[in-house]
Amino acid sequence: MRISISEINQLISQEMLGDGSLISVLEEIQQRYRYLPREALILASERLDVPLSQAYAVATFYNAFSLKPKGKHCLQVCMGTACHVRGSPQVLNRIETTLGIAAGETTPDMLFTLETVNCLGACALGPIVVTDGEYSGQMTVQKSDMLLKRIMRTEEVKKDG
Amino acid sequence: MDRINSAADFDRLRTGLQSDYAPDHPWITVCGGTGCRVYGSEKVWNAFRDEITNKNMNATLTYDLKMTGCHGFCEKGPLVVIRPMGIMYTHVQVGDVPEIVAELANGRTVERLLYSDPKSGEIIEHEHDVSFYKHQQRLILNLNGILDPFRIDEYIALGGYTSLEKVLGSMSPEQVIAELKASGLRGRGGAGYPTGSKWEMCRKQPGEIKYVICNADEGDPGAYMDRSIMEGNPHRVLEGMTIGAYAIGADQGYVYIRNEYPLAVKHLRQAIKQAQEYGFLGTNILGSGFDFNVNIKLGSGAFVCGEETALMASIEGRVGEPRPRPPYPTTAGLWGKPTNINNVKSWASVPIIIERGADWYADIGTETSKGTMIFSVVGNINNTGLVEVPMGISLRELIYEIGGGIPHGNTFKAAQIGGPSGGCIPAQHLDTPIDYESLTALGAIMGSGGLVVADEDTCMVDFARYFMQFTQEESCGKCVPCRVGTKAMLETLKRICAGEGQLGDMDYLLELGEEVKRSSLCGLGQTAPNPVLSTIHYFRDEYEAHIVDKTCPAKVCKALITYSIIPENCTGCMVCLRNCPSDAITGTKQEVHVIDADLCTRCGMCISVCKFDAILVT
Amino acid sequence: MIRLMIDERPIEVPEGRTILEACREHGIHVPTLCYHPALEPYGACRLCMVELSQPTRPPRLVAACTHPCEQGAVVTTDSETVRRSRRMTVELLLAGAFNDPELLALADELGLDEVRFRLPEEDACVLCGLCVRACQEIVGVSAISLTNRGISKEVSPPFRIVSPTCIGCGTCVLICPTGALQLNDVTGFRSVHPVDSEYDRVYCQVCDDLDLKPSLIQDLEVLLSKHAAYTVDQEEN
Repeated sequence: MRISISEINQLISQEMLGDGSLISVLEEIQQRYRYLPREALILASERLDVPLSQAYAVATFYNAFSLKPKGKHCLQVCMGTACHVRGSPQVLNRIETTLGIAAGETTPDMLFTLETVNCLGACALGPIVVTDGEYSGQMTVQKSDMLLKRIMRTEEVKKDG
Repeated sequence: MDRINSAADFDRLRTGLQSDYAPDHPWITVCGGTGCRVYGSEKVWNAFRDEITNKNMNATLTYDLKMTGCHGFCEKGPLVVIRPMGIMYTHVQVGDVPEIVAELANGRTVERLLYSDPKSGEIIEHEHDVSFYKHQQRLILNLNGILDPFRIDEYIALGGYTSLEKVLGSMSPEQVIAELKASGLRGRGGAGYPTGSKWEMCRKQPGEIKYVICNADEGDPGAYMDRSIMEGNPHRVLEGMTIGAYAIGADQGYVYIRNEYPLAVKHLRQAIKQAQEYGFLGTNILGSGFDFNVNIKLGSGAFVCGEETALMASIEGRVGEPRPRPPYPTTAGLWGKPTNINNVKSWASVPIIIERGADWYADIGTETSKGTMIFSVVGNINNTGLVEVPMGISLRELIYEIGGGIPHGNTFKAAQIGGPSGGCIPAQHLDTPIDYESLTALGAIMGSGGLVVADEDTCMVDFARYFMQFTQEESCGKCVPCRVGTKAMLETLKRICAGEGQLGDMDYLLELGEEVKRSSLCGLGQTAPNPVLSTIHYFRDEYEAHIVDKTCPAKVCKALITYSIIPENCTGCMVCLRNCPSDAITGTKQEVHVIDADLCTRCGMCISVCKFDAILVT
Repeated sequence: MIRLMIDERPIEVPEGRTILEACREHGIHVPTLCYHPALEPYGACRLCMVELSQPTRPPRLVAACTHPCEQGAVVTTDSETVRRSRRMTVELLLAGAFNDPELLALADELGLDEVRFRLPEEDACVLCGLCVRACQEIVGVSAISLTNRGISKEVSPPFRIVSPTCIGCGTCVLICPTGALQLNDVTGFRSVHPVDSEYDRVYCQVCDDLDLKPSLIQDLEVLLSKHAAYTVDQEEN
């Protein structure tokens, strides 16, 4: 993904609403690029007159921010209590083994990022896996296999086509 | 939309709207809570719309369609309720829609979609007869299944903003505070501090600039009532905040909300916009001369930001590290100004108290805990959902009457109350009335109202380890007892679960847990050991089984269990063999298979695929 | 004036004093790690916990460095509860900084004879935050910060590479209570981070002639020895 300085500047300007806007600005940047490019963090700190060390501390403190680019598809496994007692650790385990990465990591081909989240508040449907914003409820080890296969198949088709 | 500049304007508007939204108006309401949306309620809504408009059903059918907030009975979603009768359909799919509409036109119901009581098997037609709802007392959630959260007009027609009008038109700030104090409302964020007293302290602080904050950083896993309120009835939260701001003397408010709740953010943004257009927010509200505005601040994924001082640091754009109190936020809060922070449920209770009166409210609940509490009942329970009950109800009633008991004929083992920092309450205390004091006495906390039910298949050591893992990961790392202490507790628990527990481990956990509680800087550390301490207290034998006998009685801890095949049940179908991810199963067709214990990772795959219950866990 | 009892001694202090300041003024020993008189109190190490009884609340432990003296309070700095808390805190600190002489001495003093939990790697940094706060409050350049969170928290310049704002003054080294930061980490280099970074450390491009001259160190020591709270009092008088 190309990082455009002028675009980042624009994002910052939109969100500059006085004191305490650092987090809002970083949220905008994170949303746009799905990570915080180093340039963006430096630019934000300069424009908002916040020490870079503080911007960096904020970027590494909050879960919503990532300093590394994320994969094309984002898989989130809910680790909330209800999902946990209904078997989400097994589901996570399975996805980790299939993709060969641990939670929080991205596959080397930049296709998948696997994350865990703490309760999405849809506890009646647990275990829940969110793929690119789409919720799948009552997940099992088998269903997670099918889910991954489906995404991989569409990727194959894209590559071939 | 015309701005309302006086009480007379407001009355005129409300009277006009009441005919549009009469209580007996026929509605098809589709639940639009996050849970039901996951089940596909948006598609169901679309199907109803198409069915009604395309087939021109309105010629014979006068029902209007709307999508409401969360009805609370998430287990049965997508939910559709036909009002005013209250006919409740469960698990409604797109294909069911034509039948529902056709039968409705004929004045009949679709029986297969009605709720069937898991105990008696009885088919129940009306929402209010379902035991899940029957035993509840819904004050805060009362409009959740009725209102279209996008229509401020409907909220006004149903009595919304009358409390604000009453306060601004006829009550002094002191009177509002006195009313709150008399109601006995205590903070619903967990600590239970009397709300009226907090407001009074903030009001009495010198200074022109003050803030009110709505804490909507609902981070407890398994708790989602705040989200549900904001999604389903955002105006009531705003109305409560505005009344509070008037009483305290604040002209700026913030809602600090998790970014994991996009729908709640959307509804709240829309509600703020509508309230500003009508003049319930902004300058000179209802012509009273009182100014107040609300901004939304998104949380960025840090559980500790639910702690009030960390929350304020986060609003100020900094790292969400708590700071010591005093000074309390009411003295020096956001940007050093007096600040009043309350939870979503507390704010949403305010308009109700003003409308119905403090005496009426104080009649609900127990001596020390007034009003209602919302619990999200999840885990091993039949009726997962949001439940609003009067304080003082027993756990037994909550779990068995409303929650419908434990599924698969299993037995109840413990209820974890109060979120990840709560405690586990065992079966012998099921009849304890739930209020702030008795929960604390049992080693749990009210917290935000998360209630996770564990059955006989739940390993209490593993359960405690899970909560410890959560709080340890969410510790901000500022103070030593919480940063290192929770890590030390977690590692000890992991060792026990892995079968490497030592005799002194329980004493160490108890000693360490007490010190982490006593010495940590903020509420996170001060409560984090609760699950461990309460499970050691009530389930000591399970810990001993892990440590001494190296067994896991609930058969959960992987290092302490083995899988084998029951020869009598195995048909040799080879399904488990093909599905085993670690190739630990051998055998040929129609012969009993064998699991190699060394290769087996106890992943549970074979159990989930075996149709003959042939896998034995020991 | 605020009147309170500390260790059964009646004590009178002006309003706004913390319990720790009152203790130090009256020669009562309370151990601290993250406290420095020239900096804003932080309340993170929890070594200075004391027992506080007030008429309206049951006795509890509070951090002396941040808790204000309150009218009628009764403070105990050396009860068994206090010692138990400190003992556990030192034990937890030794989980990472297991060779720190000051902590070991404190462990001795408190009768701690066994450290039951060890972090996988030794790290002398106890995250007291003194270096970060000195860099911000005294030097005013905010070259370093506490990054990440929880058990992964660490002191680091942005991106764990040389900080563009570091002036190489060495205040962070001087103020470090456990010797986690060494002078040769800073002299000549601008990066103070103790962990190897992915980038080569470079000399300061703006002020590459800057050296930690003895006079500079002396100046900084004087600066650090100033008691922030008393400076304010003098201004008021």
